[in-house]
This record gives sequence, C-alpha cells and structure tokens, in this order.
Amino acid sequence: MAKFLAKRLVALVGILFVVSIGTFLLIHLLPGDPTVTILGPSDNAHNRAVLMQQLGLDKPIFEQYGIWIANVLQGNLGQSFVTHQTVMSTLRHSVPIDLELVVISQVIALGAAIPLAIASAKRPNGLLDKITTTTSFAMLALPPFIIIVVMVMFFAIDIHVFPGPGSYVPLMEDPVSNLHTMILPSLVLAAGSVVVYFRLLRGDLISTLQEEFIVMARSKGLSDRYIMWRHALRPSSLSLLAAAGLNIGGLVAGAFVVEYLLQLPGLGYALVNSIQQVDYLSVQGITLFVAVVVVCLNFVIDFLFTIVDPRIARD
Amino acid sequence: MSADKMVDSSAFPSEEENNAPLLTVKDLRTTFTTPRGQLTAVDGVSLELSRGETLGIVGESGSGKTVLSRSIMGLIPRRGVTQSGSITFEDLEIVGASNDDLRSVWGAKVAMVFQDPMTSLNPVVRIGRQITESLRLHTSMDKAEATKRAITLLSQVGIPSPDERVKAYPHQLSGGMRQRVMIAIALACSPRLLLADEPTTGLDVTVQAQILDLLSSLQVEMNMAVILVTHDLGVVATRTDRIAVMYAGKIVELATTKTLFSDMAMPYTKALLNSTPRLSDPSHSRLVAIDGRPPDLISPPKGCSFAPRCTSATEQCRSAAPPLTPVPGDPSHLFACWNPLPGGNAGRVATTQGAS
Amino acid sequence: MTDVLEHTFHGEDPLEELVAPKAHRKPKLNWVFWVFLSWIGIVIVTSVFAGLLGLDDPTNQNFEAINQGPTASHILGTDDLGRDILSRIIYGARVSLVVGFGAMIFAMAIGGTLGMVAAYRRGPVDNLVSAASYVMLAFPALVAVIAIVSFWGHEIWKITLIIGIASTPLVYRVVRASTLSYATRDFVTAAKAQGAKDSRILVRELLPNILPAVISFFLIGVASVIILEGALAFLGLSVDAPTPSWGNMINESRTYLSDNPWLALFPSLAMFLFLISLNIVGDTLRSFLDVQEGKL
Repeated sequence: MAKFLAKRLVALVGILFVVSIGTFLLIHLLPGDPTVTILGPSDNAHNRAVLMQQLGLDKPIFEQYGIWIANVLQGNLGQSFVTHQTVMSTLRHSVPIDLELVVISQVIALGAAIPLAIASAKRPNGLLDKITTTTSFAMLALPPFIIIVVMVMFFAIDIHVFPGPGSYVPLMEDPVSNLHTMILPSLVLAAGSVVVYFRLLRGDLISTLQEEFIVMARSKGLSDRYIMWRHALRPSSLSLLAAAGLNIGGLVAGAFVVEYLLQLPGLGYALVNSIQQVDYLSVQGITLFVAVVVVCLNFVIDFLFTIVDPRIARD
Repeated sequence: MSADKMVDSSAFPSEEENNAPLLTVKDLRTTFTTPRGQLTAVDGVSLELSRGETLGIVGESGSGKTVLSRSIMGLIPRRGVTQSGSITFEDLEIVGASNDDLRSVWGAKVAMVFQDPMTSLNPVVRIGRQITESLRLHTSMDKAEATKRAITLLSQVGIPSPDERVKAYPHQLSGGMRQRVMIAIALACSPRLLLADEPTTGLDVTVQAQILDLLSSLQVEMNMAVILVTHDLGVVATRTDRIAVMYAGKIVELATTKTLFSDMAMPYTKALLNSTPRLSDPSHSRLVAIDGRPPDLISPPKGCSFAPRCTSATEQCRSAAPPLTPVPGDPSHLFACWNPLPGGNAGRVATTQGAS
Repeated sequence: MTDVLEHTFHGEDPLEELVAPKAHRKPKLNWVFWVFLSWIGIVIVTSVFAGLLGLDDPTNQNFEAINQGPTASHILGTDDLGRDILSRIIYGARVSLVVGFGAMIFAMAIGGTLGMVAAYRRGPVDNLVSAASYVMLAFPALVAVIAIVSFWGHEIWKITLIIGIASTPLVYRVVRASTLSYATRDFVTAAKAQGAKDSRILVRELLPNILPAVISFFLIGVASVIILEGALAFLGLSVDAPTPSWGNMINESRTYLSDNPWLALFPSLAMFLFLISLNIVGDTLRSFLDVQEGKL
C-alpha cells in the first residue's frame, strides 16, 4: 500500500511540474506586450526597453521560467503591476470565499441528491422517479447564467438586494450577513452539482439493489432502511466519489461564472478582472494556484477510490 | 443462547411439539406476469416437513424448484406476482404475510443458503459483519459478544484462523470457504428451517462433499429441518430423509429416499438418475441427457408436462395430466404418471387405472 | 472509474431471472425522443436556411420599436435597439451550432482517432498520449479557455478552435475506454488472424461497436460546449456585437430586465430547449443502445 502511494506521489509531482510549465507558457506565448499595458501605448521605445529589463522579460524564456518557479516555491507569486497587491494577498483574500462557496454548495447538493436518489431507486420508473429524472434533465439545460437571469426576472430580485463586491463579509466577522451573501451563489452552484450526484447515485443504487446480496440481506430479516444505508449505499459510494471527481471541473467553471455575475470577490472574480486588466502576473499566479488545487484534488479522489473499494488496491 | 454452542434448548422441543409439522405447504401456486403472458412457475405444490427432517427437492433448470424454495421462505417479490394456496411455517401464514411478520422469522427461524456465494455476499462488507448483523438484530448480543459468536461459527463451519478471517472481505476467500461463510451466516441464529438452494453448484467435487457433510452434521446437532434444492440426484441420495422430484412446476414424485431409489415410479425420475454421471461409471462413458427441453410454462401443453420427452408416453398421457396418487401399500410414496415404471409397486396402480 | 457491471445470467434457469428480476425495462425510442430529435433538426435547418425564411435582418435597428413585447410584426418582440428578437434568435443559433458542433467535431477527429489507435495499439504511444491527456484534463479547462480567448481574440473560429482543443483530452479518454472494452474481444483477434490490416479492423470492426456510445457522448458534449460559449459571452468573450448569439443576447438583456423581460426570456428559452433536446436525445440513445449491447 505504501509503495503504491509513493508511486502515485511521484507521478503527482511530475504532473504538477508539467502544469506549472503549461501555465507559464500559456501566459507568455500569448500576444500582447506587457510594457504597453503598463506604460501606455504612447510611451517611447527606450522606456519600454528599460522596463523590459526591469521585469526580466529580456531574458531567455527558460531562465524566466526558472526565476518564476523558484520564487513560487518560496511562496512569492509576484506583485501585480496593476493593483500593486501581491498575488499572494489576492489569493489570501479570495480563496476563503471560494472555499466557503464550494463547501456550502456541495453540502446542499448532496443533501438534496442523496435522499432523492434513494427515494427514486426504491421504485425505478415510479412517479417520483420520473419527476426527479425529468427535472434533472431540465437542470442540465440551465447553466448558472440562465438560472441567475431567470431568477432575477421572475422573482424581481433586484440584483442589488444581494450585495455587491464590497459587501462581502467574512464568516468570522458576521455570520448572518456572510450567509446572506453566500446563499444565492451557493444555490445556483448546487443546481449543477445536484444533477451529477443524483443521476450517478440513482443509477448505481438501482443496479446494486438488484444484486443477489441484497436478497440475501433481506433473508436475514434486516429492515429495508438498514439494507439501503448499510448494504446498498456502500458500493454506490464509489459512484459518488467518481461523481465528485467529475464535478470538480464543472465546479470551477460554475464558481467562476457565479462569482463574476453576483459580484462575489472570489478567485473567479479576481481572475476575470486580472484578464480584463491584462495583469499577466496575476493571471499566471491565479491560474497556477487553481491548476495545482485541481490536480491535487483529483489525486486525493483517485486515492480514496482505493480505500473505499478494497478490490481496486490489489493492482 | 450461549456464545459457544450452536444450539439453544428450544431446538429440542417436547414430544407433542415434535409431532406437529414445522412446515405445511398446501396447493401453492406462484404465477408471474411477464410481457409474454402469465407464467406459472409453481403449479399446485403440496408438501409437509417435520422438525429435524431433511427434504430434497430435485429437478432440472426451469422446473420451478428455486421459485418454490423462495416462495416457501416468502422472498418472492410482490409486484407482478400472484400467489394462491397456503404455506404455514410454525403458526405463520407466509402467503400474504406482511413484511414485518416475515422479517420476524427471517434469519431467526428460517434461513436460506444461496447458490452463488460470490454474488450473495456483499463484496464491500467484511464477512464478520455479515454474520454479526444477523445476530445483533435477532438477539440481545452486543458487538463484542456477536463477534465472538461469529468466530465460533466460522470455526464450526471449518474455516481456519477464524479470528483473522472475521475481518476479511469475501474476495479474499476461496469459493469453498465463501460457501462455508454463507452457511455460518444462515445458521447464526439457529433457525428451525434451512433452505439450501443449490449450495454446491460450481464448487469442486471434493469440496461439494465436504460442504454437504458439514450441513448434515450441523443439522443433526441443531435438530434443524433442511430443504435441499438441487438438480443432482446424487447429492440427495445419501443426505435426505425424503425426496420430491419436480417437473414443470409440479411435484411428480414424492417418497422417502430409500423408497425412491428402490422403488422408483416415474420414468422422469429414472431418466434423471440415468443422466447423472457417476465416478463409478467407466471412463469415456457417454453422458446420457434427457431428450428435448422443458415445456413453456406460459402455455403448458395439455396432459402430462413430461409427455413430449417421455419414452413411455401414450395417448392418454398427452391428453390428460395425471394426478398425484399414492402407491398402493405406501401412502407416503406419491407419484403422478399414467404409465409408471413396471416392476415397481406403482406399476400395479397403472394396471388398475388402465383397466377403468 | 468503476467498471460497468455486466448483467449475466445466473446459471441457465430462466425462472431465476423472475425470482431475482432485473429492472430491464427496455427503453424504447418513444415519442419524447422523436420530439426532441426533431427539435434539434428544426433548429439546425432554420438557422442554416435563415436567409430564406423572410426574416427581418437581425442587425437592423429600428428606433421606433424599442423594447417592445411580442406584436404582430415582431412575434417575439424587439430588443433595446429595435432589432427583431425572433430573427436574432434564429441567426444566433448559428453561433451555438458552429461552436458546439465545430468544437466537438474537431475534438472527435483528433481525440477520437487518437483514442481508438491508442486503445488498439497500446504500448509506449498509448502511455505517452494517455499521460498527456491526464495532465491536460487535470488543468481546469475554463481558466485556460478564458485566458487564451481574452488574449488571442474572440472571433468565432478562434473560440471554436480553442474549445475544441480543450475538449480533445476528454474525448480521447472516452473513446479510448470504449475501444478498449472491445479491442480485447475475440472477434478482433479473429480478424487479425485472418490477416486484416489494422486500419481495416479499426474502421470495420471496432468503429461500429463504439459508435453508439460515442454518438451519445458527442451530443452531450455539444451541449457542454454551448454552455461554455454562453459563459464566455457573459464575460464579454464571445462574438462581438452586432452578431447575435444566444449567450450575448441573454447577457445584454440583464440591463433591461425590468423594462423588457422578453429580452431575457426568449433567448434563454431557446437555449434551454436546445440543450434539453441534446441531453435527452443523447441520454436516451445511450440507454437504448446499452441494453442492446447487454444482450450479448
């Protein structure tokens, strides 16, 4: 088991390395001249050359990468030319928001999906099942931006009722108004996740409930409730884990859109702003951070797979 | 119930209790609604079982023996199924019983050993728990006591190093061991009746014998009634008190084991016997199979269901289904045939019937 | 990922199936399926032949008819510049269709082919490409797409290309997994033993078998891409005005929600209906074809 883990960790480091290169190249190979952005297009060539040198942009690209990654590993992601904040501090302020958003939304999503999946799986093709399945299809066709727009339209929720970026209050300071800000975005984000969890879990449960060992469990006199929770859900938890893994990509995308639209100052908001302000360094730093987190999460989930299903670890 | 004995004292009841049948099945009919029509899997089966008795139910695939055993236990799904007749287990009427009533006897008084241990054991639950959950449900044992009992059970079914195995997952055991675990689970709460549905199919021949011997010895020890369902006459030959032969949903012959083999009445039973390969057969003997296929249970043929495949079939066989009648002189030996095997006591009935 | 549980018959006792019944409700291609499939067809046909439909010019501004609800001359109303919404929706479908199908076709062509070849050949090429795809998949696609589109430009072909490239690793993985489940089967070995060339095996033996799963995955993928384009539009990164697209129509409608809710409603409805059609058709196809496969 330990050997297995060690192998995986080595691979992880390798992947992270490649990801950092990819992020770096992504930003540096794109058209656009940072000196123009900083100094303005009308400034002269001499000043630009000086700035280039100051920024280290005249060095060969490998060296630039080397300098950057060395800094990163020491915790220095650079300083934005535009906002003059360090990228690290931007991260420090935005990450907790994303964390809270993701946690609340996934809790809501699972809290809705699990009971619904259980109820639907008990009677496949029954009335409840048909309703939930149809609704989940409908939800798939409602991306976050449509939901927000439609909600605003129908419920006449003036978008200013849900406060703008300045109004976000950290959880520690004022839980009530914090949750007030977070409820709408969490609900919207949860909408997409519920579908993924529900469908996978329902399918898996229906499959599991037809297995012989369920009949055997019944023959022992165990109650339906016990069987559902202690026998049927166990093998199906694998699916939930897989669903969580699949969902990460969607969560990132969804979170970004939701933050931007509802003006929640999380990573997505920061990223889009940085892009619009052509703030290369911030874009690079934020992208690297998100990529690293996603890779690590995938790794953890893959690893959890081996624990949950004792059969997989054998290879 | 003490942790180290398999038995509790109620297993050995008083004289009167011993005489009342444990299980009475009267004219049981189980019909499934399928897209192609109504399929009657069990068609008017009646039998009785006393405490401590072993009954073998023998038949080919599709004879309805699995449906019968599951019906007896009450494990047949409700939707799309109609049942008529009666199944009385102790004082509980199984047909139409509520889920709560059924659950009160399942595991505690009647248990089933399923055919395929690989699919009947939950692959992601440790085998210890698959035993203890039954114990903790039906007795007042706590986790520690139940685990102790589980270990005892495992050693009594012949599993080595039971205290380690208790934490194992099913896939870590061999086929034979898994089947032993299944038996341990079924016997955990010392049920009065054990239904064993093809408990050894798929296992090596030597392992088969071990498992069956194990079942026999445990049964004697616990005074437990057993219904052993199989397609193999060889399996039931030495381990049962009585045998019922099934075909197309009906019992076609029912007798004590001794009588069945010494005074066989049905051509079908004879054909089954002939088709069982024996170690004593000379090598390279051809396998004798019964010609033809089992009938379609949705629209069964008129007359005797076995007639199309029977070598002794006559016109009468094809037009009317023979009733289950006792052999003269032996009311415990029942058969359903217009042309039973000559040379046996049943043959005398045929002459009388043929004459009328 | 968990393997798909293969439904096997326990022994040969047909009654066994009844006693432990599997919910093999054979999914039919019922009227729901056909309705949604025809909707997809209608959207495609009307947007392709939009010019022939006698619609108003979608970019024609008419300041006398701003933000009107549905009227006789403008069935779905007009937007803030007096442009006919119905016509904009129909022309706007083109963007979704081009980006959606274009990106997926690109991903299928490259990722699909690679996937099939890698699954069939295995070996170092498979390992390398699969590792690469794993890395690409680990990287959050949206971030990369937003970054590239912002800096490179958001013409429609660029968006299509970028999203296509971003979708390739996933298509690769799915096609490869599908092909793998067939590549080891006997009929492939038999074909090889008969001396068939690899390309022939890939096209004649493997492709028809994976086609059902691939087609339904394709449709669901198109839906995801359309959503992605919509998200880009909200960030101002989709096609520029005055070209209509469902995404930017919905985006622009936000300012006028109280004046003219129709502005938000109709494009949203159009997108919703098309997406749900893609999802239902894709999913129904998948379960319909899955069952057939199970009857092996």
